Amino acid sequence: MRDVVIIGSGPAGYTAAIYAARANLHPMVVASSVQFGGDLMNTTDVDNFPGFPEGIMGPELMTQMQKQAERFGAEIVYDDVTSLELAGPIKRISLGNGDTVEAKAVIVATGSEYRKLGIPDEDRLSGYGVSWCATCDGAFYRQKVVAVVGGGDSAMEEATFLTRFADKVYVIHRSETLRASAVMQERAQRDPKIEFIFNATVAHIYGDDLVSGIGIVDTVTGEERTLDLSGLFIAIGSDPRTHVVHGQLDLTSNGTIAVQGRTSLTNLAGVFAAGDVIDPTYRQAVTAAGSGCVAALDAQHYLESLPQEHAAASQHASD
Amino acid sequence: MSSARDVTDQTFEAEVLGSTKPIMVDFWAEWCGPCRAVSPILDQIATEHADKIDVVKLNVDDNPETAMKYQITSIPTMKVFQGGEVVKTVIGAKPKPALEADLQEFLA
Repeated sequence: MRDVVIIGSGPAGYTAAIYAARANLHPMVVASSVQFGGDLMNTTDVDNFPGFPEGIMGPELMTQMQKQAERFGAEIVYDDVTSLELAGPIKRISLGNGDTVEAKAVIVATGSEYRKLGIPDEDRLSGYGVSWCATCDGAFYRQKVVAVVGGGDSAMEEATFLTRFADKVYVIHRSETLRASAVMQERAQRDPKIEFIFNATVAHIYGDDLVSGIGIVDTVTGEERTLDLSGLFIAIGSDPRTHVVHGQLDLTSNGTIAVQGRTSLTNLAGVFAAGDVIDPTYRQAVTAAGSGCVAALDAQHYLESLPQEHAAASQHASD
Repeated sequence: MSSARDVTDQTFEAEVLGSTKPIMVDFWAEWCGPCRAVSPILDQIATEHADKIDVVKLNVDDNPETAMKYQITSIPTMKVFQGGEVVKTVIGAKPKPALEADLQEFLA
């Protein structure tokens, strides 16, 4: 039996792994088969993670975190959790390869997933002009017209990135004020290829085989107009990824996993949560990393509080 | 271990369109994180189902002609060809069981 299994491999998961490994807890990280490294794998420059004055590429940062966790003995498994049994003193984690892993403590750091617009044809044209990943798909829009929906940092980053390829990038935002940080806003607003359309929502996506345009509605006047374009990048935020813990862990009204105060303690003993999956507010790489640290320390404290013979027996079993 | 081999604009017609066996083309690029994530899974599928389906990879940067012809706008995109026609398209990196489910009609 494992002391601790960490689910997720973003900044929260890997930071928890670094701390747990350094405490000799031999953590296993279930990193996911295709989304390992988390959201930062789809970003370019990360300029706000302390310690990198020149910035660092998102995938590079995640590779470094992974190596740091492995250096202290964390085991990384590139698979997905298919189901979890969290209630009892022994937690069971079932994986896509059919294995079931047992652990005394589990840290849930499953992050979040992209939010959809929820409009007709969004799914049908996904991959045919509708995209959630500018760094993956931007290069297919050389000399084309594209739009980014959203007003946060990721929308600004996508828009700025897309100007490398596209002739014109609209940024469509439903209100008049952007949520993005000042530096990201300024960079986008200075860019001659970017045009902001405020107080507008996307109501329609047009196109037979490929996106040919969108219909946007002015939220003030109610007027609808059509923009001809080839690509629509959706960056309207994300929702906590909680489906594997539904019915077991309490959630907040925001949909995040409920934790006690500033800790990572969930409603179940031995189950901790960290990172974007508990955070409806800040959602930064560095806050996720801090949260992962908290979860590892809470898990360590929990394991130390377990009856000694139990600990000794499992120590023997894991040899 | 055998793994998915590369095809190019030059070899596409002969190797893919001329194939009698179902053949899956992975449209990918170096700079695409999800492509790198799904690549080892495709290698596994190529090895484990070698009798049923061929798996090849096409780098969209080096082979823009083919990528444009098949209107690739998102990668990774996996297209299964049979008798020179596209019979299945899968978009985006997915875990192995999900990919195998998408490809079930060819792997059965």
